[in-house]
Amino acid sequence: MVEMVSRPYERAFEKHALANPEVLCISADLTSSCEIDKFRDNHPDQFLSMGMAEQNMMSFCGGLGLAGYRPFIHTFGVFTYRRPYDQLMASIAYPRRKVRIMGFLPGITTPGGMTHQAIEDISVMRSMPNMTILETGDATEVESICEAADSIDGPVYCRVLRGSMPRLFDTPIKVGEMRELSLGNDVLIVTAGITTEEAMRATKALEAAGVSVRHLHLHTIKPFNAEAILDHINAVKGGVITLENHVTEGGIGSLVAEVMADNGVGKKLRRLGLKDTYAHGGSRAYLMRYYGLDALALTQGVEDLLGKKLGISEADLAEARVDAVHSLAKAEGL
Amino acid sequence: MWNIAVKNERTTEDIALGIRRRVFEHAMRNNGGYLSQACSSAEQLAWLYNEELNLGAPTLPMIPKPFGGVPHADNPDYHTGAGYNGPFEPDFDRLFIAPAHYALVAYATLIETGRMAAEGLEMFNKDGSSVEMIGAEHSPGMEVHNGTLGIGLSTAAGLAWARKRKGEKGRVWVYMSDGEVQEGQTWEAIQCCAHHRIDNVKAIMDVNRQQCDGAMDSVMEVGDIKTKMENFGAVVVEVDAHNVNDMREAAKTKHEGKPLIILANSNPFHAMPILEERFPRLHYVRFKSEDERARMNISIAESLGVDPIDYAH
Repeated sequence: MVEMVSRPYERAFEKHALANPEVLCISADLTSSCEIDKFRDNHPDQFLSMGMAEQNMMSFCGGLGLAGYRPFIHTFGVFTYRRPYDQLMASIAYPRRKVRIMGFLPGITTPGGMTHQAIEDISVMRSMPNMTILETGDATEVESICEAADSIDGPVYCRVLRGSMPRLFDTPIKVGEMRELSLGNDVLIVTAGITTEEAMRATKALEAAGVSVRHLHLHTIKPFNAEAILDHINAVKGGVITLENHVTEGGIGSLVAEVMADNGVGKKLRRLGLKDTYAHGGSRAYLMRYYGLDALALTQGVEDLLGKKLGISEADLAEARVDAVHSLAKAEGL
Repeated sequence: MWNIAVKNERTTEDIALGIRRRVFEHAMRNNGGYLSQACSSAEQLAWLYNEELNLGAPTLPMIPKPFGGVPHADNPDYHTGAGYNGPFEPDFDRLFIAPAHYALVAYATLIETGRMAAEGLEMFNKDGSSVEMIGAEHSPGMEVHNGTLGIGLSTAAGLAWARKRKGEKGRVWVYMSDGEVQEGQTWEAIQCCAHHRIDNVKAIMDVNRQQCDGAMDSVMEVGDIKTKMENFGAVVVEVDAHNVNDMREAAKTKHEGKPLIILANSNPFHAMPILEERFPRLHYVRFKSEDERARMNISIAESLGVDPIDYAH
């Protein structure tokens, strides 16, 4: 049975902040929503409320960084770059301030609809010079995100999960690396964040249908190790498929496409994700099905990539979930 | 080597005149420039550098180095232009020029106060130079990018909060322009200073009532700036921007728990009255004809007590 972990960020941030007095806890009126309400109550001296004023918050944190502090900004990811894009660029990214942006509710992980869903954040941040991008996909990665982010010599944007989540991995984020979850040779599946769990569900069903799956999980999106992924791309016969909780432009699908094009790899690529569309409000499971971000969408994508029907049903995937997660977590230990 | 004892040997009024003369000469030679900003702001910047700011000796060469690349992981030798304002010591003040469009006037101020060589102005807006038209953070006297208006006060607030936490005595000064009050961020910054009781921030704002498109009232009315700022939590004092004694007195105003903002009401053609001909397009004065250039040359030279500029050579 996969272990479910409740609110790992809350404990991880407190531990990291107390060990590092230059770390400041910044909030933009979403303190309990970002699991830092206990920190505010217990450590008010290390907590700064910036209110609903993100433009000022970004430049203010640039000033804190100038003085040697390392502010951790907590709010929904979407609020850290849409409204205060100019301030993010001029006050944080350009001068390489050590500001750690903790962007909660990545992609469709919120019922809040268009205004709350950060569906193009990776695309925006990837095109911003000096910015590092990390993404969490399970409890272990959330537990290690503060330390990983704070090791960066410059600004970092992190896609952070909140609430209850599975533990899929047993090793912390090592910035710059990628996780090899299976090493088959028919198709390469590349995922990040919440789509990794979906791909793990799909992998066992695909293997049962006779498809040898190679699966990579990305927690470091920028900078990106193109050499490493190229080896994996070259190792599969049937092509590459990406699944992302993001629009298919500018995210990990584009990232893989760029590596393939740059290196003249003549293989098929299927990029799954939000297809040039906004989402609307709803539950995560509903939205993942509706927009084709789940395990079933992935198996259908693999069918399309390989040009054959595999006969995988939704029931096969539901059954696969627990076993696949458990065994692959172990497999990663290899 | 710059000598700190030189400070205050010249009067602030004399330095302001020197600033206007340099900006005038530069504008004549280059067929235009930020002339009106020199008219409105010369006393303010001269007063800051010559009297109010507590700065150490410059740490960067008198003749600015060429552009050395932008901040990047692969550019470890990168530094800002803040060294012209002296070292980052706990007791020294810091200055942000929020409207980076005043860069020409700010560079002239550095020269007049012995912090940069006159050659620095020759490099203004030249390819490969660090002495950029819109002050970049690597430009002399600059510490951050303020080219998008409205971000200066927020940055200063963050730095000031941090300096207070560290027990540093140095203050954070911001030079502002009145057009910035059209940006929402300015109001976010003032309310933030008040909420967090950040009172080691001090700002002086050039209230010249002009912006890029023309007179502010024709572009976007901003109402009573003083009352609005007070309502957002600042202590505000109005002064005559061309009366140095006014500024001296205003800076003494108590503002415990609040930021101090000095509104310096200025004349956008002060000491160059012929510029009024160009009202309301004063943001960047490019001469429209050789005739206008020649007339302005003679008139402004006379106003500033110098010979007309021989700009043909």
